[in-house]
Amino acid sequence: MAAMIEIDGLDVTFRVKGHEVRAVQKAGFTVEAGESYGLVGESGSGKSTILRAICGLAPVTGGTIRIEGRPLGSRRDKAFARKVQMVFQDPYASLHPRHTLDRILSEPLAIHGLGDHDRRVVAALESVGLPASFRFRYPHQLSGGQRQRVAIARALMLEPQILLLDEPTSALDASVQAEVLNLLWDLREERGLTYLMVSHDLAVIDHMCDRMAVMEAGRIVETLERPDLLAGRFRHPYTRKLFEASLEAGG
Amino acid sequence: MSLLEVDDLEVRFPTETGMVEAVRGVSFRLGRERLGVVGESGSGKTITGRAILGLVRPPGQVRARRMLFDGIDLARLDEHGMRRLRGQRMAMIMQDPKYSLNPVMRVGRQLTEGLRLRERMSRSEARKRALEALEAVKIRDPERVYDAYPHELSGGMGQRVMIAMMLIPGPDLLIADEPTSALDVTVQAEVLKILDALVRERGMGLIFISHDLKLVSRFCDRVLVMYRGRVVEEIAADRLDQARHPYTRGLLECLPRIGGPRGHLPVLTRDPAWEEA
Amino acid sequence: MSRFLRSPLGRLSAWLTAPDPTSRLQARLGQAWLTWLRFSRNPLAMLGLGIILALVLMALFAPLLAPHDPLEQDLAQRLLPPFSPGHWLGTDEFGRDILSRIIHGARITLTIVALVAVTAPVFGLLIGTVSGYFGGWVDTVLMRLTDIFLAFPRLILALALVAALGPGIENAILAIALTAWPPYARVARAETLTVRSADYIAAIRLAGASHGRIILGHVTPMCLPSVIIRVTLDMAGVILTAAGLGFLGLGAQPPLPEWGLMISSGRKFLFDQWWVATMPGLAIFIVSLGFNLLGDGLRDVLDPRSASR
Repeated sequence: MAAMIEIDGLDVTFRVKGHEVRAVQKAGFTVEAGESYGLVGESGSGKSTILRAICGLAPVTGGTIRIEGRPLGSRRDKAFARKVQMVFQDPYASLHPRHTLDRILSEPLAIHGLGDHDRRVVAALESVGLPASFRFRYPHQLSGGQRQRVAIARALMLEPQILLLDEPTSALDASVQAEVLNLLWDLREERGLTYLMVSHDLAVIDHMCDRMAVMEAGRIVETLERPDLLAGRFRHPYTRKLFEASLEAGG
Repeated sequence: MSLLEVDDLEVRFPTETGMVEAVRGVSFRLGRERLGVVGESGSGKTITGRAILGLVRPPGQVRARRMLFDGIDLARLDEHGMRRLRGQRMAMIMQDPKYSLNPVMRVGRQLTEGLRLRERMSRSEARKRALEALEAVKIRDPERVYDAYPHELSGGMGQRVMIAMMLIPGPDLLIADEPTSALDVTVQAEVLKILDALVRERGMGLIFISHDLKLVSRFCDRVLVMYRGRVVEEIAADRLDQARHPYTRGLLECLPRIGGPRGHLPVLTRDPAWEEA
Repeated sequence: MSRFLRSPLGRLSAWLTAPDPTSRLQARLGQAWLTWLRFSRNPLAMLGLGIILALVLMALFAPLLAPHDPLEQDLAQRLLPPFSPGHWLGTDEFGRDILSRIIHGARITLTIVALVAVTAPVFGLLIGTVSGYFGGWVDTVLMRLTDIFLAFPRLILALALVAALGPGIENAILAIALTAWPPYARVARAETLTVRSADYIAAIRLAGASHGRIILGHVTPMCLPSVIIRVTLDMAGVILTAAGLGFLGLGAQPPLPEWGLMISSGRKFLFDQWWVATMPGLAIFIVSLGFNLLGDGLRDVLDPRSASR
C-alpha cells in the first residue's frame, strides 16, 4: 500500500535579489497512514519549507512529493484541500483579523459547496474545547491558545486525512502548550489522522511523534525512531548537539 | 547590603475597560547574585524589570513602598537622575537584537556612542574599548563585527553584541529580559555561558526574566515565580523539585520531556485563589 | 445605573458591547460601536465630523434653509454688505443673496465630493490590490498605467477635456476623478504587498479559495482603513481643485452657485465689496478644514500604527 506522504530527493530553491537560496536539498522520507512523523531542526534548517512545498507555497526545483502514491504538480486542486491541511505557527497571524470565527470556520465549507454551516461550525468549536458562544467573536478577543485551537478547528473543517503542523505550539506559553498538544493527541486518536509535525523543540517532537528526521541547513542528516533517541543511539554529530542542548534547556 | 531592594511594587495601566494591574505587590531583594524571574505572558515579569529601570511611561503608574538601588531611592528619583543610573550602573538586555539594535547604524558606532558622549573619549580610545568588549563576548573577529550593520549578524552574534554594548560602562545590575528566547537552542547555550562568565567575573547582580522555568533553574541561584502580577513562590534554584506552590509544580510538570510518558501532559488548573496569594 | 441599563438606550449599549455576539451583524455593529467610542473622544475629530454633517444637512435641505432663491436677481439690491436686513452675508453684483447661494452651492460641493469618492478610490483599490496580489507582469503593467495617470496635472487634463467636450461641472468631476485614483492604487498596492505573505492568506489558499475570493474577501478589507483615511484627507484637495476649475471657468458655469465660481466672479470687487469673494472662500476653507480634521481623527482610530496613545 502506498504511504500517505512520500518525499523523494526534494529540492526547494528560492531566488532572492539575484542569487539563489537552496532552502531544501535532496530531502527524502516517508510517512505512513495514521502515523505521526516529526521534522526537527533549528531556524534555517528547511523544515518549515518542506511543509510549504507540500502545500504548493514554495518553489520545488527538484524531486517529487507523493500523496497517497500520486505525485503533486505545481498547482494544488480542491481535492488536495480535502486531503491535506495545515496549522500555522503564529496564532496571531493565521486568523484573518477582520473575520469572525464563524466566517473563518465556514469559509472552507462555502468554497467546497458543503452545506449545514451552523451545525458544522458549532461542532468544530466544541471539538477543540471552545464554547459555541465564541462563534461571532473576533480573533483579537481570544488568547493565543484559543486562537490556535480555532486554527486547528479550521484545518479540520474539510475533514482532511493529513495535518501538517508548523511549530503549532512554539508561540504559546508552556501551560497552554500542554493543553494544545493534548488536544492534538486526542484528535489524532479519534480521527485516525496522519501528522507531519515540524518543531525546533526536540522534547515536543519526541512526545508527539514516533519517527523523526533531523534537519540541518536544508538537509536531512538523520532519521530516527523514538526509542533510538532516548537511548542516545544517534549517528550524526548534529543530532547529538541538538539532543544535549535540549536537555540543558530543560527538555 | 543588597544591591537592589524592591518592596511592594505596583504597576497599573488605565485602559478603556478599566484599570489593569500588571504588577501587584512584588517584593524581593537582590545581592550580587543571579535571580531568575519566571512567569507566563501576563505575569508582569517584563514590566517589573522595566519599572526598576524607570521605563514605564505614563499613563502607566508605578508605585512602591521602597525601591532602593545601592541605597538610592529609585521611586523618588526624577528622570534626570534615572538617566544617569541607566546605562552606567543599571543595564538591560532585551529579547531580539533585530529590534533592540539600531538597524541603520554600524555596530561600532552603537558600541562607542555612550562612551564618547558620557566619558568624552577619543574615537580611537573608544574603539579600543569596544573591541575589547567584543572579545569579552567571544566574538572571534571583532574588527569585522565592529564595522558591520546589525542585519549582517546572526541572532546569536547580535545578542552577544547587545551584551557587549550593555557591559562596556561596567554596570552593577543587569536585567536580562528573555535574552535567549529568540535564539536557536544550540546558540542559547553559548550565549548563556558567556553571560554567566561575565556576570561572575564582574561581580554583577543579574535579574534573568524568562518564561522557561527549567532554563532559569539551571542558570540562576534563586528563582521567583510570578503569576498575574504577584510572586507566588521564591525558591533556591537547586531546590526547584521541592517547590510547594501548585502553580510552580504545574509549570514543571506540564512540559514534555524526551523519553517522558506518552498521551496527555499534565495540565495546569488555574485556581483563582492564586491571584490573592 | 441599573435604570439606564433597563432603558432602551442602555439595552442597546449592552447589546453592542456583549462579549459573545450571537450574529455576524451584532459582532460587526459591536466593533463599529467601539470604534465610534474611540473616535468620539477626540474633540477635533468630532468638530470635523460636525462640519461635514452640517454640509450634508445644508445640501439636503437647501430649499428649506435658504432664505432666498439663489438665482433670483434684484439689481436694486446689488452689492449690499453683510448684516444687511434680509441678506446676512450680503449680495453679489446681480443682487443675489450670497447666503442662499452658499447654501445651494453646498449641493454642488457635496455632489462633486460624493461622485469622486465613489469612483476614484474604488477603481484605485481594484487596480492596487490586483497589482500587488499577482505581482510579476500584471504588477508592472498596472503600475506603469498608474504612473501615466499620476503624471497628469489635474488642471491640464481638465483643460484638455474642456477643449474636447466643452466646459461643465460633469467634465470637471471626470477630470478630477481621472487624476485622483492613482494614489489609492499605490496605497492599496502597498498594503496588499504586506498582507499577501500573511499566514491567513496562505491558510485560505490552502482551503482552495480562488484568487477573486481572496482579493475581495481577504485582501481588500485590510486595505480599507488606509484608503478611507486617504479619501477623507483628499476631499479637501478635491474641493479646492473643483473650486479652482470653477474659478478658471472650466467647471461649473454661471449662474450655478458653485463656490469657486463665486470667488471668481467676486474677484472684480475684492477691494470694496470684499464679501462677494470672501464668503464663498470661507465656506471652502471651513469644509476643507472639516475633512482634514475628520481624516486625522479617522487615522488615529483606524490605523493602529499611527495611533498616539
